[in-house]
Amino acid sequence: MSKIIKLRKGLDINLQGKAAESVVDTPLAKEYAVSPLDFENVTPKLLVKVGDKVKAGTPLFFDKNNQRVLFCSPVSGEVSAVNRGEKRKILNVVVAADANQESEEFAVLDLKKASRDEVIEQLLKSGLWTMILQRPYGIVANPADQPKAVFVSAFDSAPLAPDFNFALKGEKDALQKGMEVLAVLAGGKPHVSVKANAEGEMASLNGVELHTFAGKHPVGNVGVQIHHIDPISKGDIVWTVNIQDVAAIGRLFLTGKVDLKKVIALTGSEVEKPQYYRVISGAPISTIVAGQIKKQAEGDSVRIIAGNPLTGKKVAQDGFLTATAHQVTVIPEGDKYEMLGWIAPRFNKFSVSRSYFSWLCPKKQYKLDTNINGGPRAFVVTGLFEEYLPMDIYPMYLFKAIIANDIDKMENLGIYEVVEEDVALCEFVDPSKTEIQQLVRDGINLMIKEC
Amino acid sequence: MKGLRKIVDNVKPTFVEGGKLGFLASFFDAIETFLFVPNTTTKKGSHIRDCIDMKRTMFFVVLALIPAFLFGCYNTGSQVGLEGFTAFWYGLVRVLPMLAVSYVVGLGIEIVYAQIRKEEVAEGYFVTGFLIPMIMPVSTPLWMVALGVAFAVIFGKEVFGGTGMNVFNPALVARAFVFFAFTPQMSGEKVWFSDWKMMGATDATTGATALEQLATKGEMQWSAMDAFLGFIPGSFGETSTLCILLGGALLLYTGIASWRTMLSVFVGGLAMGYLFQAVGMTEYPAYYHLLVGGFAFGAVFMATDPVTSAQTNMGKYIVGFLTGALAVMVRVVNPAYPEGMMLSILFMNALAPTVDYFVVEANIKRRNNRVKTVK
Repeated sequence: MSKIIKLRKGLDINLQGKAAESVVDTPLAKEYAVSPLDFENVTPKLLVKVGDKVKAGTPLFFDKNNQRVLFCSPVSGEVSAVNRGEKRKILNVVVAADANQESEEFAVLDLKKASRDEVIEQLLKSGLWTMILQRPYGIVANPADQPKAVFVSAFDSAPLAPDFNFALKGEKDALQKGMEVLAVLAGGKPHVSVKANAEGEMASLNGVELHTFAGKHPVGNVGVQIHHIDPISKGDIVWTVNIQDVAAIGRLFLTGKVDLKKVIALTGSEVEKPQYYRVISGAPISTIVAGQIKKQAEGDSVRIIAGNPLTGKKVAQDGFLTATAHQVTVIPEGDKYEMLGWIAPRFNKFSVSRSYFSWLCPKKQYKLDTNINGGPRAFVVTGLFEEYLPMDIYPMYLFKAIIANDIDKMENLGIYEVVEEDVALCEFVDPSKTEIQQLVRDGINLMIKEC
Repeated sequence: MKGLRKIVDNVKPTFVEGGKLGFLASFFDAIETFLFVPNTTTKKGSHIRDCIDMKRTMFFVVLALIPAFLFGCYNTGSQVGLEGFTAFWYGLVRVLPMLAVSYVVGLGIEIVYAQIRKEEVAEGYFVTGFLIPMIMPVSTPLWMVALGVAFAVIFGKEVFGGTGMNVFNPALVARAFVFFAFTPQMSGEKVWFSDWKMMGATDATTGATALEQLATKGEMQWSAMDAFLGFIPGSFGETSTLCILLGGALLLYTGIASWRTMLSVFVGGLAMGYLFQAVGMTEYPAYYHLLVGGFAFGAVFMATDPVTSAQTNMGKYIVGFLTGALAVMVRVVNPAYPEGMMLSILFMNALAPTVDYFVVEANIKRRNNRVKTVK
């Protein structure tokens, strides 16, 4: 057993509506969607048109910036729509699913004999390559690179996050196979991080470098784990894969078929019965939330989030699950005025500040809405962000370097080590209500453009 | 609540840009957000947010100032020979005009600037405006207060870009302006005592402040306990170390002020005081420095200003310590000017970014070295 890496900094936000340990198998939905917007820095170029027949694993579009990277259909059927936004920007490609599901056939490679190039080619052709993300920048990896290492976080510490030990029950073989694939890509054992006292099956995977972490969110973020295992410096490239995606990769190499089933946690205070749902990636949100949203009082509404409440994307009721989401959260909209709220004791709201009382009841579960609770201001309070970013980084100075577009400083102060999710807690606690995740993404995009 | 909201909603169109009174948009917005936390929801990034905001933060600083303010009222009366509730009442009446001038002039300028920049009015001045009367001698003429406030807000804050961007603590800029622009009126003995004859206030037997007595004679006429409780002449809110510490406790408990800064200012002051005592330059005990003059007030409420103090944790220790040490040094070594706290804090405000610069550089170096050791 390796030694436990304990992180002191961070914050667990205790919210209402944690998913109970039961899984609902959803029936095949009418339509599934793939969106280039689920990935950073992707410029899509279509490979299909409306009416084309596709199978699971048939390419729908590719990325102009990284031309070998294909984005494939999760199901078989017929392309029913290409939705576009302003300036004809592609929002998503919708596939109407057939009753009989078919997949493109891929060779079942013998990983002991197959070359690294063959493995990469298989992942690219099947569309599963898009699950491999690169640090720095948090973008889809470039297949031409040789990464320093591959990292997988086997747990999620975000508010109401799914328990992957539960979600991946029965997927041990797929996970094992997936890890073998990652070992080929990395040219060495992939790093897998598990949570202390909740290691579960993950700890018994073979051929991996196992690390054990303890602490509060964002301890489950792969970026934070990398920082404590083998930090990224200028010129380094590492790859990261979500643990559920490792299982999908494993299934491809076990069966030669594209099988994008995953288990999603439906959570949040406005859900009737929070539990897990087995769906195919890109499924309509309605297949998960239909009939599950609590009835709202007149004038009240809810926000549906694909992902967790800190980093997820807002989706419409008729929208689709994003490719990277393993959780759907439903919370109340906070579009209400609150009289003299800033003086009120606010017993039902959560704050890390002791000017409120939530620190007195650490066990209490909160029902938080989407109100910003104030107005945007210049940075005033200091020393706060540091407590919620468990890295050897001065966050305030990094943010200010980004605001100033100072590339040298950004590089020196740690832009290579963070993506949006790592600074989400800073954004949550900020009394000046700065949009820090967007700020960091802007900084990363500037780095990509300039370097 | 609904009725009030209706009224606000009804008049709102008049005050938005393009409305009849559109030039008052920032002013209206300040009042509206004072009454109601806005219904703005998150658009990007984290969908949920901590319920703390700038208003709450600043409100708690003002709350922390209340004990010292109340005692200041009482002490003002007691210094002109009044007792009990009359003394308190006298002091309150005496200070209210100054407080009013401070807020009207300061907020007025803030609102104009917010309107020019098309921003919301920042809350910083609620604290600054409360601080200014507390660090002025009680007989400071109102027009001087107004001038000091105007100078502080415009040249101490707004020219840098407003709250959060300023280099120097605005309240101290006001104090320094008044002191250096009107030195004859602002020094001497009279200014520390109220000059209003009402409610039976006697003509005070004016005398030197504790600081001046220590500087010239090496002793003071009051006991250390009197100085700690605050029954000595001085600026309106600075005399009672006890009440200041009460406010300080609230700031530390809520985490709004940095304990690192606060602690190291006291440590720095004590260390310097003991040093002077050890080499024989002063005869009174070192802790006297923490009890008289503006040391405690500065340490708790001014040096801890997050905007103008150091921003890194290491920087806070260093800047805090130097602030305390420097204040005592000015007091002891400079015979012409017995109070060192104001100048010390302003000087360290100027130095804090440099200290932070070196702390951050050390971090960069450490992070770059990390590469070599790992590979």
